[in-house]
Amino acid sequence: MWGNFSEQFYLNFIQDDRWKYFVNGLKVTLIITLFAVLLGVVIGLIVGVIRSTYEKTHKLKILNFLCSIYLTVIRGTPVVVQLMIIYYIIFANARNKIPIAILAFGINSGAYVAEIFRSGIMSIDQGQLEAGRSLGFNYRQTMWYIVMPQAFKNVLPALCNEFIALLKETSVSGYIALQDLTKAGDIVRSRTFSPFMPLMAVAAIYLVCVVILTQGVKILERRLRQSER
Amino acid sequence: MKKKVFALTMAAVMAAASLTGCGSKEAETQAAAQETSTAQAEGEATEAEETTEAAAEAEGGVLVMATNAEFEPWEYHDGDSIVGIDVEIAQAIADKLGMELQIEDMAFDAIIPSVVSGKADIGMAAISYDEDRAKSVSFSDNYAGSSLVLLVAEDSEIASADDLEGKLVGAQTGTTGELTATEMVGDSNVERYNSYFEAVQSLLTGKIDAIIIDGAPAKVFLSQNEGKIKQVGDALSNEEYAVVAALDNTELIEKINGAISELQESGEIDTIMNKYIPAE
Repeated sequence: MWGNFSEQFYLNFIQDDRWKYFVNGLKVTLIITLFAVLLGVVIGLIVGVIRSTYEKTHKLKILNFLCSIYLTVIRGTPVVVQLMIIYYIIFANARNKIPIAILAFGINSGAYVAEIFRSGIMSIDQGQLEAGRSLGFNYRQTMWYIVMPQAFKNVLPALCNEFIALLKETSVSGYIALQDLTKAGDIVRSRTFSPFMPLMAVAAIYLVCVVILTQGVKILERRLRQSER
Repeated sequence: MKKKVFALTMAAVMAAASLTGCGSKEAETQAAAQETSTAQAEGEATEAEETTEAAAEAEGGVLVMATNAEFEPWEYHDGDSIVGIDVEIAQAIADKLGMELQIEDMAFDAIIPSVVSGKADIGMAAISYDEDRAKSVSFSDNYAGSSLVLLVAEDSEIASADDLEGKLVGAQTGTTGELTATEMVGDSNVERYNSYFEAVQSLLTGKIDAIIIDGAPAKVFLSQNEGKIKQVGDALSNEEYAVVAALDNTELIEKINGAISELQESGEIDTIMNKYIPAE
């Protein structure tokens, strides 16, 4: 068993520097996730604010309509299909795949983040808004100084969960010949024909990343709760 | 009095509303029940099919073949069935062995693991002999041959394999085309697609500069994209295709070798090859 184990370990990681595939793959996965998260938050914040403004004041009707189309399309189709549409159709001539993947995952994540932000804004009591208005703030100021800080605190855990989900969703990047962590495992598997080690290694690396992120969320939640006392 | 009448009407309306509510719900439940019964019937049907399959296995045995049906003319989807040279040769081998052929379509790089883990008895997908592969599976005698060629865009300046340095070369993950590309241009210049048609799509839009691919499917892609892509240079290497089976299944490999040599002698393999690859 152990003789076989070390032999398999050598074959899948040491021989021909195959561990480099995993390291480079992890790099690609993390880069895509990080920038897609940033893009997703920007898109999500804009869309979420537009949608909740419409619900509270019935202004921005056209923008709200466009946003709900965006949400329907993005949430109604699988991310891997969106990724391939962006890669093969929209940017048919582009060579640099990482920005394409960031764009695809960012746009996808933005739709989910928008709903998280909207629920956060809507969860703040109407009285807060009214109090702000009666103090002489206009709608925008009330939003920015009173509602958003409270809403942001409420949605942070949900937001972090979305990032964790996004990290795992990037595993479909291989569909556009991008060598992310999952594809790295596939390449090694196609060289060594032993599924166990590469798949377990890939799973373990994702797990470690997610555990680290989850721990971070926990610490963040504890910190945020301190101000409630 | 007025109030009472109002209250009574309201009560009546509400009762009616709740009744209709119930009614529609009942209808839904009925519909749901019907669905479940159809689903059950379907389930029974598949079960019945499975039993017939199981019965067939008991008689002559089923030969499960793992392949990657995105590699015309070797194996590809035509309508709702999988056809191609490998499929017909496998059928002929199965007939010789008195077994029933069952085809499992999967990613190319999943074929050998499937054979190793026993999910499939044999793998046939234009698989070339390779030392690393031979550590995991046993190879039969070669039943056909081909060569790796270079495809580029019609207006490309690449004239042969010597011009490939620093260029992006596409191939399907796990194929000898990909391994050759990695050797020739280095790891970071190889674009590894899930199937060759995706590589061809990328070549057409200029995402990659060249493709290294088996000669026969190259011909198919060339005829499908006439005037857009071309083949350049000499053949890069000769490929000999063989059937793979689990390392410990020597009995099956011996039987398959017997069947292959019979089929070669009778000229059946040549007939199948000529049917799919017209002589030039």
